[in-house]
Amino acid sequence: MKLDAKIPSGPIQEKWDRHRFELKLVNPANKRKYSVIVVGSGLAGGSAAATLGELGYHVDCFCYQDSARRAHSIAAQGGINAAKNYQNDGDSIWRLFYDTVKGGDFRAREANVYRLAQISNAIIDQCVAQGVPFGREYGGLLDNRSFGGAQVSRTFYARGQTGQQLLLGCYQALARQVNTGQVKMHVREEMLDLVLVNGRAVGIVTRNMVTGEIRKWVADAVVLATGGYSNAYYLSTNAKGCNTTAVWRAYKKGAVFANPCYTQIHPTGIPQHGEYQSKLTLMSESLRNDGRVWVPKEVGDKRAPGDIPEGERDYYLERIYPSFGNLAPRDVSSRAAKRMCDEGRGVGPGGRGVYLDFEDAIHRVGIDTVRARYGNLFHMYEKITGEDPYKVPMRIYPAPHYTMGGLWVDYNLMSTIPGLFVIGEANFSDHGANRLGASALMQGLADGYFVIPYTMGDFLAQNGPSGVSLDDPAFAETENEVRARIDRLLNIGGDRTPDNLHIELGKVMWDYCGMSRTKEGLEGALEKIPQIRQEFWENLKVVGNNESLNQTLEKAGRLADFMELSELMCRDALAREESCGGHFREEHQTEDGEAKRNDEDFSHVSVWEFKGEDQAPEMHKEALTFENCKPSIRSYK
Amino acid sequence: MELTLHVWRQDGPDSPGRMEIYKADDVSSDMSFLEMLDVVNERLLEEGKEPIAFDHDCREGICGTCSLMINGVAHGPEEGTTVCQLHMRKFKDGDSIYIEPWRARAFPILRDLVVDRGAFDRIIEAGGYVSVATGNAPDANTIPVNRDESEMAMDAAACIGCGACVASCPNGSAMLFVAAKVAHLGHLPQGQPERQKRVLAMVEQMDKEGFGYCTNHYECEAVCPKEIPRKFIAEMNRDYLKAGMAAE
Amino acid sequence: MAARKPRMNRLARTLQSSIGSKFLMSVTGILLLLFVIAHMLGNLQVFAGPDQLNAYAAKLQSLGPLLWVVRLGLLAIFVVHIGAAIRVTNSNRAARPVAYVYPGSVQSTFAGRTMMMSGLIVLAFLIYHVLHFTVGTTNPDHFHLVDETGRHDVYSMVVMGFSQWPIALVYVVANILVGVHISHGASSAFQTLGVTHPRLAFLKQGFGPGIATLIVVGNLSMPLACLFGLVQLPA
Repeated sequence: MKLDAKIPSGPIQEKWDRHRFELKLVNPANKRKYSVIVVGSGLAGGSAAATLGELGYHVDCFCYQDSARRAHSIAAQGGINAAKNYQNDGDSIWRLFYDTVKGGDFRAREANVYRLAQISNAIIDQCVAQGVPFGREYGGLLDNRSFGGAQVSRTFYARGQTGQQLLLGCYQALARQVNTGQVKMHVREEMLDLVLVNGRAVGIVTRNMVTGEIRKWVADAVVLATGGYSNAYYLSTNAKGCNTTAVWRAYKKGAVFANPCYTQIHPTGIPQHGEYQSKLTLMSESLRNDGRVWVPKEVGDKRAPGDIPEGERDYYLERIYPSFGNLAPRDVSSRAAKRMCDEGRGVGPGGRGVYLDFEDAIHRVGIDTVRARYGNLFHMYEKITGEDPYKVPMRIYPAPHYTMGGLWVDYNLMSTIPGLFVIGEANFSDHGANRLGASALMQGLADGYFVIPYTMGDFLAQNGPSGVSLDDPAFAETENEVRARIDRLLNIGGDRTPDNLHIELGKVMWDYCGMSRTKEGLEGALEKIPQIRQEFWENLKVVGNNESLNQTLEKAGRLADFMELSELMCRDALAREESCGGHFREEHQTEDGEAKRNDEDFSHVSVWEFKGEDQAPEMHKEALTFENCKPSIRSYK
Repeated sequence: MELTLHVWRQDGPDSPGRMEIYKADDVSSDMSFLEMLDVVNERLLEEGKEPIAFDHDCREGICGTCSLMINGVAHGPEEGTTVCQLHMRKFKDGDSIYIEPWRARAFPILRDLVVDRGAFDRIIEAGGYVSVATGNAPDANTIPVNRDESEMAMDAAACIGCGACVASCPNGSAMLFVAAKVAHLGHLPQGQPERQKRVLAMVEQMDKEGFGYCTNHYECEAVCPKEIPRKFIAEMNRDYLKAGMAAE
Repeated sequence: MAARKPRMNRLARTLQSSIGSKFLMSVTGILLLLFVIAHMLGNLQVFAGPDQLNAYAAKLQSLGPLLWVVRLGLLAIFVVHIGAAIRVTNSNRAARPVAYVYPGSVQSTFAGRTMMMSGLIVLAFLIYHVLHFTVGTTNPDHFHLVDETGRHDVYSMVVMGFSQWPIALVYVVANILVGVHISHGASSAFQTLGVTHPRLAFLKQGFGPGIATLIVVGNLSMPLACLFGLVQLPA
């Protein structure tokens, strides 16, 4: 397989402009002859559906939630980056580009990242015009905050609910198109497979989650905007419904999967508190500005934190990374916490947690200042844990949060299946091996508002209508496959529930393909996962039928795909014999335990191609070249 | 702790429903309310019974999917909190808990505790937006916005569209939801050109959906997980009456 | 919802909407409240003695056709108020066809939840009140009295009526319900009319219960004073 990223020639600053001029256009009268399917209604999918609708295409947009407004983009707290340089602090498109490439540990495509930085400004303009109530200064102009991985203040925010406000802006744009009839919104309608005719994506098969009806949809192109796959770990900061099914089905139909092992583990989640736990909640990273992270020096010290004297505490981040201390980057501090817990020095139930202590801060600046800075976060923490962080230290532990990997796409955001576009977290394109804070929202909206409308036009202009109807046998065939899979899930008749099996899978993934990975562990996981998958197909228990709202059946179907994706994640992690960004191989670390990148052998995108149910996937490589950002070593000592 | 749950079960939109009683043993006070239901559901499933269907997604209080009436109060006893962020330490050993779906003509039940809130989407589709096509926007700092007004817009925009206002209202009225949406755009300069048209269209759609009329009980305000204040309803009333009485 | 006539003008459409119905109810409610206050102030002249009250009554009677305009106006206001109430109540019942098994409330008030009930009882009372004091059907013996100057002896009529405890009781109960109704209605009206200025916030909060208390005290003082002999027939 030849991977052609279709990166335009010329200087990086001119690539996108030149490319936009070279892209073919569909004239306005012809646009109404084309139909596009968009799966997902988050920032990427919602903005794409709205914009394609505005341009005149007929759009069908699908989501599993009960409203487009509930997609998990809504949960993003911190903000969205843009190179506006309103603060006059030295920001520029070039700097945002460089920070993002470096933050991704030099494993992203330069051209894509540069385009993202270029587009970032127009996103803010668009959102403000839509009525997104960004934080403002008293003079009435937009305010910015600073965020990890950057030395400038370029993050726009709407309190702690930036994702929600951006999503509402995009949902409202979508609602406007629904009102004109340009977009048809299908909620509680889950994509279960992709339909190909002559190798081109021409439609999807969905299940209506209320009636169980299996439905077929035909179009001239399909856009997947279905988010990431952190729920492979069972416990993550993703919404419960987030799943990989759409992406995985596309993979099995021939779209190749890039960098599945790149996952981001966020350091400041609230630790698991019991076996019954269903989800991890994030506490803003900003807490590390004033909180001190520590564990007891003694293994198995079960005393209450207040009873452990100063001399018997290990402020390990300050000890290991004296220059960055408690503000060491996400991946670094996550791994350090894991090491402490692995040594048996973790705190709280199960020993999987470290303290984040505000006692010093309270002494230093006073309880009122601490309350003013973090009051709402302390309140949320207390609500969840029942502990008062003003009196006892918080307990935190890393949590799976975001997946940088995803379906491979070219510069036009099209996968290796013609007519299948992949945008937002679902693709792999912009974040390399690690995503910087406040960049996910930027990418989702850039793809949806400002990239796909152009590149979709080019594809349709070049390829014309698909000319396929629902009568094409490919639809019936795919529908039958979908029905057969559902029947199979319903008729296993075993005695293990989907959640029970998902927890088992998640534990293997977390232990062996989580924050740090080893060859041995990954090989072990690659033996265990097929066993769990076999157990799944032999011993799964689903009650009820297909013809009604059946949440157990939904879970089972999603889990079936996670079972397969997990294996690919481990395979990729095993193949990448280096440490970079969120991917840390214990064999590849410096003497003092830091990630050791291997640019000579691994400066590439690992791209996996499905070869058949019982075949090993084949790996291809897309070489990464860095002409504008010279790869350097990240050190935080 | 041990609890007795009285839960509304209904097989489908047109099936009759009934309250059923379940015992929840071994409930930890650290569990969230939904995790407690997860445990009950796992047991039901193991016994070969259909689990209780309920809506949920992000489980961090922002997506607005979860929607349970707990002992007659939307989202349960803790103020300013969605069900997914409600924890069992708010209950005592031996408590009886009544769990019912949102009830309103405009929110038909789909199954058990799951309702269809599509009416909210249709209200937004009727006019709850600024008509600005992608690419039309001027530079973001072209129009300065009074900070207090912008904060007020944000107070309103914080609405998560969960429908607790409708569920708790003795009249099944959606006024707090619609008012929050109207106020969000009404407090921003970008929302001004369509201000009259918007409020007229959204209220008309709200009425069409079969929501009740507001009689100022303010139950909505009391249960709103985002603590949206009633003043937005007064604002919408004024906006609507002004727009409706203006010349065509 | 009834099908809309396409050409119906915007104002009519507005008044038929949910907020429009509440607007009509609020405006008529405030007018009725003003009437109740004026009515009470007029009647309180009973404490100033027969001459004062009968003179006031005679003056009202002398208005002639104007009095009828006021009466018909009042009637129209009542009709709109009640019509809007029926509309609101019907819509609200329809909006929740299935009640909760476990009913609950957090901050709604008894007065607010029973507006229709208190309104209906007050309406029944009003009919009785008109028959009693305006038409004179229920107690013709009190009604046809004339004072020394030949005026209708309203004072004696009132005192004789209220001296009978069953009649006094009806007035006491009904006026308490008037107060309950107003305590929610008066504040509610300003919310419905869209009062948002912080300085006027009192109108939406304390005003209703406050004015209701004054009206209850004022209106109860008369039957109770008569019943307990503080106000007596002229010697």
